[in-house]
Formats: sequence, structure tokens, C-alpha cells
Amino acid sequence: MTDTTTRGLIPLPLPAARALLLAGGIATAASAFLAWTWTSEFPGDLTISGYPGGLQWLTFIAGILSTLFALAAYGIRGLSGLIPARNNAPLVLTALGAFGVTWYTIVSIAAELGGLANLEPGGWVAAIASLLPVIGAFALPEPRTASAKENLKAYLAKPDGIPPAQPLSPWLERAIITIATIVGLAVFTYGIDTEYGELFVGFLIVVVFGVWALHTAGLNDRFSRIVARNRSFTLAMGFAAAIAFPFTQSNDHYANIGVNILIFGTVALGLNIVVGLAGLLDLGYVAFLGVGAYTAALVSGSEFSRFSGVHFPFWAAAITGAAASLVFGVLIGAPTLRLRGDYLAIVTLGFGEIFRISVNNMDGQSGPDLTNGPNGIPAIPDLNLLGFNLGQAHDVAGFTLGRFANYYLLMVLIMAIVVLVYTRAADSRIGRSWIAIREDETAATAMGINGFRVKLVAFALGATLAGLAGTVSAHVTYSVVPTPYQFAGSTPPNSAFLLAAVVLGGMGTVAGPILGAALLYLLPEKLVFLQDKSLLAFGIALILLMRFRPEGIIANRRNQLEFHETGQLDIPEQTTLSGEPAAVTKAGA
Amino acid sequence: MTTPVLEARNVTMRFGGLTAVRSVDFTVNSGEIVGLIGPNGAGKTTFFNCLTGLYVPTEGTVTYKGTVLPPKPHLVTQAGIARTFQNIRLFANMTVLENVLVGRHTRTKEGLWSALLRGPGFKKAEKASEERAMELLEFIGLEAKRDHLARNLPYGEQRKLEIARALASEPGLLLLDEPTAGMNPQETRATEELVFAIRDKGIAVLLIEHDMRFVFNLSDRVAVLVQGEKLVEGTSDVVQADERVIAAYLGEPFDGDPGATEAQSTTGTKGEAQ
Repeated sequence: MTDTTTRGLIPLPLPAARALLLAGGIATAASAFLAWTWTSEFPGDLTISGYPGGLQWLTFIAGILSTLFALAAYGIRGLSGLIPARNNAPLVLTALGAFGVTWYTIVSIAAELGGLANLEPGGWVAAIASLLPVIGAFALPEPRTASAKENLKAYLAKPDGIPPAQPLSPWLERAIITIATIVGLAVFTYGIDTEYGELFVGFLIVVVFGVWALHTAGLNDRFSRIVARNRSFTLAMGFAAAIAFPFTQSNDHYANIGVNILIFGTVALGLNIVVGLAGLLDLGYVAFLGVGAYTAALVSGSEFSRFSGVHFPFWAAAITGAAASLVFGVLIGAPTLRLRGDYLAIVTLGFGEIFRISVNNMDGQSGPDLTNGPNGIPAIPDLNLLGFNLGQAHDVAGFTLGRFANYYLLMVLIMAIVVLVYTRAADSRIGRSWIAIREDETAATAMGINGFRVKLVAFALGATLAGLAGTVSAHVTYSVVPTPYQFAGSTPPNSAFLLAAVVLGGMGTVAGPILGAALLYLLPEKLVFLQDKSLLAFGIALILLMRFRPEGIIANRRNQLEFHETGQLDIPEQTTLSGEPAAVTKAGA
Repeated sequence: MTTPVLEARNVTMRFGGLTAVRSVDFTVNSGEIVGLIGPNGAGKTTFFNCLTGLYVPTEGTVTYKGTVLPPKPHLVTQAGIARTFQNIRLFANMTVLENVLVGRHTRTKEGLWSALLRGPGFKKAEKASEERAMELLEFIGLEAKRDHLARNLPYGEQRKLEIARALASEPGLLLLDEPTAGMNPQETRATEELVFAIRDKGIAVLLIEHDMRFVFNLSDRVAVLVQGEKLVEGTSDVVQADERVIAAYLGEPFDGDPGATEAQSTTGTKGEAQ
């Protein structure tokens, strides 16, 4: 067997393969305008010819993406910049994305309406049209080896060195960031607004393959270089997009999802200090959210609160909640942080459960009368900030902002504070000592770092931020009860989901945990048809992600190198660690 | 002139029934380079760990410039003793500059609040730290690689970086645990120059080493540790001529054995024994 020939998996000449890609992409996009089924029973109404609906929009977009990449592969002027890596992977991935979303739609029509007879000719056209680019993509020439696995991998591979782009003018760079933010907001808003599970699955297929294609094409690398040069501008754009979100929503239900994602994301970012920076595995973190929420509820003026006469203004309640969490963080951290690794994880897990069970029992019978036990503290009044009642809808510049939209904007403010705290703390003496502790605790203490103390600061800071988020969450949900503050459950927030959000999104990054939180909140929310199997599906998805991208969706430079030993990413010279003689590794300390 | 920087008195370290270090008295004077040698398993690293607070000696005291050292590694570093490790323990996923900045930890005190508020004091301190770190990187010749991750450096440069990181804590005494392990002859010579340069900065150096030529070239005094006990201490010539040291490394020659003549003949090159 010859092992260095370059030919496609499917024997077709190169011009034919490219023509298939292009024609198939166009045909897929066009097929979205046909009627795919005869009845509007399938959600999204796919019966209209001449106009795409529901999932057909996703097929259309995937088809267009596929076409664009196919044109770029032809070297069309102005589009060739789409694939700076000059590889086939983006073509393969966009083709697979279009194929995936179309066939998913066809199959779910057949499955839900009971048989293939429910397909109109348009559906068949779409199925065949979306298959063409996949055939074309796998006919593209790639180096062949003896192993079938390697052959397939070659089609998804991203070359290591992406040639740097020609320098752009600062204005152009900012324009690119602005456009990317707007596209990102549009994609995110679309994902939140998906009205039925099928649409969300289709959305996920298109987004996953689309982002993957952009990544392998090398566009992510180029974009992150631009971001690195315009860091504060990007941050500002990110918050502008976050503020713009409720104005794009007509239904307050989606603003509710938004505010919950923000609360979840803020807490995940706080946990990221503890886990991502200081490397302390905390499995009971949700308890600090609970401390903040209960504290805020107790001083909210709710008539069911133990201190029903006490009604703090929000700023005071927020400080009280954060301070209470801080105290609990120190109380729990002081005895436990002397432990390392697995032992710390076990002890924090225990403390997390102790919080929930204590709160459950403090009803005046099994324990002191403080939290009303399982009934919790209901009827928490809405916040009133500067004479602005967050519980009522307000008209702002022609847009109606409902209750949840108000809280959403308040949470954006809190998240801004948390992001600021995170970035500033990470890039400082204390942040460096956290990372040093995570990298090698013995060496760090030998460098004069008081390990226990800096770990306690990380733990307490994380707890404080979670408590701060908790004070808002108590008001958003009207009531606080002990049940959400558990280790694992099917809906966020709970400690397992928080940790998953951090790890999945990317430890040690700002955007990672927020993205992870958004995904983990939306999945159970949107995929209700999975019902009791959602945790199973979620577990499988996590395992797959950890197998193929252990550094998380958004990789921190350090972690990327940690998990991919050979990755020399941005080091100019190809210097590798010359192997230390294995014999001389006596315990140095 | 010769004020003692480090004084270990009667240091004993027992692990259960095993006595790894037995009543060792040991002194390092200011401006001195002292070598600590001994066969494998002699207790050199254990003794080092007693000095740096990683282990609490079962008996005895360690004083630095007249004050008894607290048995906590970070307080020992705070007091002015910095160390490197036998198997390199850099912060592999931090950049070269960040590694040295971590070494500055004890000589800066900006806490969480100043990091969050970013006042003028914070910026000034960060800038000063960075300048100091860059000076050290220039000193060891790694300034061009400041933004590389430590793990991507070649082995010899990792060793150097570890020394720079230790120097960043502005120590009065630097402990080097086998600084030339795994190095080729050129790198070893470069390390020799580096150690002399460090001494010229007024920092006393204590080193554990197996490369005898390196130790005897460098050291003003050499102490030999055998089975946890200090056997000899003195200048290079005294130690090299001592029969007990040779015996400890090569075994006792005894009559009637064919090895005896060989052992005699090796006395000429005994310094090479490893």
C-alpha cells in the first residue's frame, strides 16, 4: 500500500469534486424554498413553496455557508481570505453541517408524522441536494495512509501554522469586531428564541459545524489576534451586545432565560477563580449562591422572612449578601484548604450538602427558626432602584422592557463588576500566585507564597461573587427554597452544572464559563422532549467534549498547551524540551 | 568579614525508625560558595529540605543571620533563603517573565484590594517588579524569551530560569540542588560562571552536586555527608585527600582482594568519582 499518495476517499477528479461542492451548496440553499412536507403539523410550517420556514432557514444558512467556502476554495477574489489555512476541513465541515441539519429535519418529519410518505418532493430534493457537497468534500484530495482513522482525521485537520494576516487598519479591525459581535448576538438571540426542540437541535448542528469550520479554516486564530490588539474595545462591544439583548426580545419569557443565564454565568465566573485560577476543586460552590440568596431574602422585607420588618435597599442587601457569603467562604475554607486535590473536593462536596440540609431544617422545629425549612422564603418584593420599580414594565425609547428585562440589565451590571474583578485579580501579584499554586504548590511555597493564605483569598473572593449574584437571583425568582442548592440536579444551577460550565467553556478564561453557562442552561430548557433522559444526553455530550477538546470550548493559552503536549502555538522558534535523563528524578522535595 | 549567614546546629531528621540526617552542624558564611556532596541516599536533599522549611527537623535548629528560621517554606524564603529543585520545578505553563515575577512575591505586597482598585501604587509596584525581573533575565541571558512559556525552553535554560526565579526573591543565601544535573560540559561551565557571578552579587551559595569537578572548582569549602552524618568539611584539597571520602564513594580497599590494586590506582583521579 502506498502511504503518501494524495487522493480523495471517494474516487472523483478534483474539478468534479469542487463542482459538486459548489452546486450542492447552492442547491441545498435553494431547496429551502421548496415545500418539504404537506401538513403544517410539523412545527415551523415547512409547507410553503417560495419561502423558507423554521428549520428550512437553518438549511438555507448552512447551504450558503457551504457555497461561500466552496467559492473560496476556487480562489475567487475577495473570498479566498475565508480559508487562510488553505485546507479542506472547512469545506468538509460546512458540507456536513448542511447535510446534518437537512437530514435531521427530514428524519424528524418522517418520525413525527409517521413515515416518509409525509415528505413532499421538495423534501427529497433537499435531502439529495445536501448529500452532494458531502460526496464532493470527501472526494477532495488528502494524503492517504494505511489507517482509515488517519484518513478521516485528515479531512478535519487544522494545520498548525496559520500565516498571519496582513495588518489591517485599526478602524477595519474594530469594524470586524463590531460585525462579529452583531452576528454573535444574532446567533445567540436566535438560539434563545427557538420555540421548539427540533429548531434548537437544528440550530446547534449548524452552530457547531459552522464554528468548527471557522476554527479549522484558521479564522478563529486571526480573529483572536485582532481581539488581542483591541481588548478593551472587544469588552465594550461585548457589554453593548449584552445590553442590547433585551431590546431585541418581544417576549419577557426569553428575557427570563437571559437573566437566569447571566446569574448562572456570573456564579460560574466566580467559580472560575477558585477552579480555573487557583486550581481548587470546589464541589459545593452553589452553597455560596444560596447564602447570598437567603441573606437577600431575609432582609428583603418579605413578610415570610424571619426579619420581616427589615427592608434593606438593594445596595445594602447586595453588600450584606456578599459579606455573608464571604464569611461562609472563610469559615468553610479555613479548615478545608489545608487539604489538597481529591480530599478538598470531597470536603467541599460535604459542606455544600450541609448548607442545603441545614437550610432545610431551620424551620423552628428541627432547628432554629430562620429559613422556614422546605417552604423557603416566598413573596420577596421586587427591587426598587432609584425610584425605578424593577417589577413593572417600562417603555424605553419605544421598546417595552418587562420585569425580567429589568433584572437582566441589573445582572449585566453585576456581571460587569464580576468580569472586572476577575480580569484585574487574574493579572496581578495575587493572580500570578494563584496560577503558581495551581501549577506546583511545593515550588510556589518555596518561592515565598503563603499557599494557605492565597488559596483562602481565592476561595473567599469566589464565594463573595457568588453571594452577590445570589442577592439578585432571590428577587428574580420571587422566593428562595433549599432544593436548587444541591450538588447535582437536572436543571442549573447546582454545583455539578457550575463546574461543568467552567470546564466545558474553558477554565481560566472570561468568556468560557459564560458561554458554558449559556449552553448548559439552554440545553435542558430547550430539549424538553428528552425529558428524563436529558441528564444522560448531557453526560454523553460532556464525555465526548472532554475526549476531543479537553481544554474547553474557549481555550486559555496555558490549558491548550497543557492538554496538547506538542502544540507549539505561538512560539516562534520550534524549541522543545530536551528530554531530562529519566534516571535522575529523585524526590527533589 | 566572615559573618555566618546560615547556621545549622545539631540538625537531626528522623522518618519513623530511619534517621536520614544525624546531628549535622553546618555553617555558610557570607560571600562563600559551599558544596555539599555525598553518595546517593546520603541525606543531602533531606538536609536541604530541613534548611528550607519543607521538613521540620526532629532535633536541632537552623538560624539565618542570627534568627531561628520558622519551619514554613514561605517564611524561610521571606527571611532570605531561596532555592532551586533537583528535578526542575518551574511553573511550566507560565511565561518566563511570569515565573520570575512569582519569585518577586515576597518582596512586593500588593494584595487583592490594590489589584482590584488599580491605584497608582499598584501600577508603580508592577512596573518596578517587571523591571527587576527583566534585569534578572538579562543577567541569565533569557531576556529575549520573556514571553515564552517555561515548558518550551530547552533544558539548560529551564535550569537558568529556575535560578533567576530564586534570585528574584532577593536572597542572602541561594541553595542550588544539583544545578548541573543532565547538563553537557559547555552548559556546566556556563553554570559555573553564573554561580561565580551570583557570588559576586554578595549572595552566599550552597550547592548539592554530583559533578565533582564542578564542586571542587567552585566551592570555597566542601562538606561531605555520608549516611546522614557529616564526615569531613574543609577546602577542596582537604576533602579530596581524605581517605574516608574515597572509601565512602568507592568502598574500603582491603588486602588480598584483586580490587585493591585498582582502588589504589584510582586515587589519582578520585575527584572524578561520581
